[in-house]
Amino acid sequence: MKFGVVVFPGSNCDQDCFYVIKNILNKPVEYLWHQSTEINNFDCIILPGGFSYGDYLRAGAIARFSPIMRSIYDFVEKGKLVIGICNGFQILLEAGLLSGAMIRNENCRFICKYVYIRVENTNTPFTNLCKTNQVLKIPIAHNEGNYYIDTEGLEELKKNNQIVFRYCDKSGEVSKIHNPNGAIDNISGIINKKGNVLGLMPHPERSSEKLLSSTDGLLIFKSIINWIENKL
Amino acid sequence: MVEAEIYITLKKDLADPQGITIKRALEALGYKNVEKVGMGKLIIINLNCDDKIEAEKQIRQMCERLLANPIIEDYSFKIK
Repeated sequence: MKFGVVVFPGSNCDQDCFYVIKNILNKPVEYLWHQSTEINNFDCIILPGGFSYGDYLRAGAIARFSPIMRSIYDFVEKGKLVIGICNGFQILLEAGLLSGAMIRNENCRFICKYVYIRVENTNTPFTNLCKTNQVLKIPIAHNEGNYYIDTEGLEELKKNNQIVFRYCDKSGEVSKIHNPNGAIDNISGIINKKGNVLGLMPHPERSSEKLLSSTDGLLIFKSIINWIENKL
Repeated sequence: MVEAEIYITLKKDLADPQGITIKRALEALGYKNVEKVGMGKLIIINLNCDDKIEAEKQIRQMCERLLANPIIEDYSFKIK
């Protein structure tokens, strides 16, 4: 199996993702410049964090028109896996591959810290090695992570089990005080209806080594590998 | 050539953290009668187009495709 890490002008977590896949998980991985369109020989595409196009206009709004995104629509259509982390999540929202939108953090600050998230759905290609309601310690680093979706859309997400992660405390309690950015219903990660596209604000690639004080992020990457290699 | 001024604002029912912060700052400066502050964007486009109706059509399309995100934002524009 092979991972591809997309590099947009302004991506800055691409090397971290690449490093985790190659050096920690020992799996094949390649960088994909945003102008490439040949992605069919990959199994999972990572849209990394950063500030694609300087976050001009809106985070992710310009990156969604990059040439590679046209190929990603087909890739998703074929049922292959796409994970968008932070800015990657914002791009997936702008591209309409996930529903909802991001607005500025409630406190108007750039937030960069470890948070706890609860796994709400373990029946996905991205969380199949997690336990039900498992709490993961993974850092966030963003200015626009205040997830918004209208009431109807939120009901739809709940009905289809599309909410994958919610902000919580260490014990797994989900409440307003453990919500760092104001995201509706404490949502920190969702999947599409089909289940092959995940977007999340926390950075699993920054919590995949003991040195960084948490290896919980590895569970997400390992779940993807498990899913693909065992054709779950 | 026409010039279009495009205003993009957050939808009315959405919390506007920037607007709220600006309101607090104005209050701290002594302006106690500020009821609400909304923060948005102004985009100015010079368009090579002499037909105002065609220009309007294009600007509307630009707003819908890129300039505004219809999930969270409203847009309006003036063509001069």
